[in-house]
Amino acid sequence: MSSTIMKSGTERRLKNRTSFGQTVRNSLTMAYRGLLKLRRTPEQLFDVTFQPIIFTLMFTYIFGGAISGDVASYLPVIIPGILVQTVITTSVVTGVQLREDMDKGVFDRFKSLPIARIAPLAGALLADTVRYTIATVLTFSMGYVMGYRPGGGLGYVALAALIVIVCSWAISWIFAFFGVIARSASGVQGISMIVLFPLTFLSNAFVPVDTMPGWLQWFVNINPISHLVTAVRDLTNSGTVGWDLTISLVGAAVIVAIFAPITVRAYMRRT
Amino acid sequence: MEHANRRNMEYSPGDLAVEAYGLVKTFGDNRAVDGVDLNVRAGTIYGVLGPNGAGKTTTIRMLATLLKPDAGSARIFGHDVLTESQIVRQLIGVTGQYASVDESLSATENLIIFSRLLGLGRTEARRKAGELLEEFGLSEAAKRPLKHFSGGMRRRLDLAASLIAQPPLIFLDEPTTGLDPRTRSQMWDTIRRLVKTGSTVLLTTQYLEEADQLADRIAVIDYGRVVAEGTADELKMSVGTSSLHLTVQDAVDMGRARHTVEQVLGVHANISPEAGKITAPMANAGLVTDLLIELRTAGIGLSEMSVQKPTLDEVFLTITGHGVKEDDVPSSNESNDREVTRV
Repeated sequence: MSSTIMKSGTERRLKNRTSFGQTVRNSLTMAYRGLLKLRRTPEQLFDVTFQPIIFTLMFTYIFGGAISGDVASYLPVIIPGILVQTVITTSVVTGVQLREDMDKGVFDRFKSLPIARIAPLAGALLADTVRYTIATVLTFSMGYVMGYRPGGGLGYVALAALIVIVCSWAISWIFAFFGVIARSASGVQGISMIVLFPLTFLSNAFVPVDTMPGWLQWFVNINPISHLVTAVRDLTNSGTVGWDLTISLVGAAVIVAIFAPITVRAYMRRT
Repeated sequence: MEHANRRNMEYSPGDLAVEAYGLVKTFGDNRAVDGVDLNVRAGTIYGVLGPNGAGKTTTIRMLATLLKPDAGSARIFGHDVLTESQIVRQLIGVTGQYASVDESLSATENLIIFSRLLGLGRTEARRKAGELLEEFGLSEAAKRPLKHFSGGMRRRLDLAASLIAQPPLIFLDEPTTGLDPRTRSQMWDTIRRLVKTGSTVLLTTQYLEEADQLADRIAVIDYGRVVAEGTADELKMSVGTSSLHLTVQDAVDMGRARHTVEQVLGVHANISPEAGKITAPMANAGLVTDLLIELRTAGIGLSEMSVQKPTLDEVFLTITGHGVKEDDVPSSNESNDREVTRV
C-alpha cells in the first residue's frame, strides 16, 4: 500500500453528531447505490415495465365496452386509475427490497460506518422514485398508443405524473415500515398486498362509484386512493385543480409525518 | 504499506485501543457473552480464540457498535461505544464473518460507494478504489460482479473496504474461516503488513495456529467468558514444558493405552481429534521409558511416538477441558449462521 493511500491520521476530526449536510450527502450516495443495483439487476424492473403495459391493455379492453360504452371513452377514466394503482403497487417493492437488503452482510458495514443512520433508508426510498417514474411514463405512453389524448395537455399530464410519484413516495414509507419490522421479505409482500389490494380496488379507479351499493360508496368516497385518482383525472382530462388534489397532498404529508419517524425509530432500534 | 507517520498519530503505541469491562449480552436464555474483559494495546494484533458459539462474534459486534451490550462497558481509544458511538465508528474498520459487501455490485462500485459515504469526493473515491484494488490484487476482477468472486477474493475486498478511512483499529471476525491454506497465508501476510503501518488489529479465530502465528496476545474465550489471557508463549507455558504424542497402531487399544499413560505418568491424557493420537504433558522425561515398556508388555503397538513443545491446541484443551469438537469444523458455517440470526 503506498503512502498516498493513507494520509496522516492527525487530520482526523472526530465528532459524535452527523450534520444535516452530511445526512443529505449520505442519503444521495445510498440512492446512487440503489440505482447502480437497478442497473446491475434489470429484472427488478419487470414489475414497473410489464405491469403498466399488461394491465392497461387488459382492463381497457375487458371493461371498456361494459363501463363506458366503448374503449375510446373509457381511456380517460381508466388511464389515471391504472396509473395510480400501478405506481402505488410498485411502492410495495420498496419495503420488500429494503427487508432483503437489510438481511445482507453489507448492512453491517453501513451500520459500522460513521454515516447518518437514516441514510440507508432514505437512499432506498429516494432511488425508488425512479421506478415510479418508469411506471408512470409507460402507463401514459401505453394510453397514448391506444388512443388516449388527455384534454389537459402535456403540462398537466406531467404535473399529474409528478403528484402520483410524490404520493407513492409518501405511501412507500408505510411499506418501508413493514419492511423494517417484518421478519422476512415474503412477509412484507404478504402484509402489503392485503392492505393494498382492497385499497386500490375499492376505489373509483376502474368503475364509476354510483354503480356500487350504498355502504361501499361510503368507503370508496373516503378512500384516499379515490381522491388521488380524481385529482389525476381532473388534471389530465380537463387541466383543473380541485379539492381532491389538496386532499391527496395533505394525505401524503400526513402519511410521511406519521410513518417516517416510526420507520426510522424502528430501523434504529433494529440496528 | 510504508508509512511510519501512522505511528505519530494521536494514539501512541502504548495506549489502549480497546478496553472492555464485564461485557454481557444475552439472547433469550443464552448468555452469549458473559462478562468479557479485554485490553488491547495500540499497534498490536490481539487474538480472540474460541470454538464456535463461544461469543466471539457477539463480542466484536458490541465493540464495533453494531450491538448494544446488556451490561458492562467498552471504550475504543478512550471513546465509549454507547455514548460516543459515532466517534467510535470513525476509528474502526469492521470485516465481518460474511463479506459485508454488496453482492450485486462490482468490486469498484462497492469501494466507491463506501468511499463516498466516508466523505471522499467523486474522483478521490475512484482513485482510492483503484489503489485498494491494486493493493489487494483485485484489479483484474474490479469490474466483475461479486457473484463470480471466490471466497478469498471476497474477503480481500471486504478487508479493502475496511481500510478506506484508514481506521487505527480494525476488527477481523474470523478472517480466514473457509479459505484454502494458500489464501489463508496470503491473508496472514496482509494482516501483518497492516500492523506494521501502525494499525491495531483485533481478530477472532477458531484456529489455534492462526492465533499463534499472528497474535501478540491471545484471549481464550469459552461459553462467553475469557478463560485465559496472555501471549502465546505464556499460554503454552501454563500447560507445561513439553508433551508426549503417541499414535496407537490399532484404534481398539486406545482406551487401554490412555489408561496406561495416565497410570505410568500420573497425569491426565487427552485423546486428540485426529483419530488414534494420545497426548499427555511430559513432566518427567525419565518416566517415558517405563511407559514404553509397560505398553509393550500390554501388547499395545505404537505406530509413532514424538515429543513436542506444547501447541495452542493443547493449551485450549487444558484450559477449556474440552477439545475443538470434530463435528464443529464441517458445520462451522451453519452454526455461525445461527449466531448471526440470533444477533
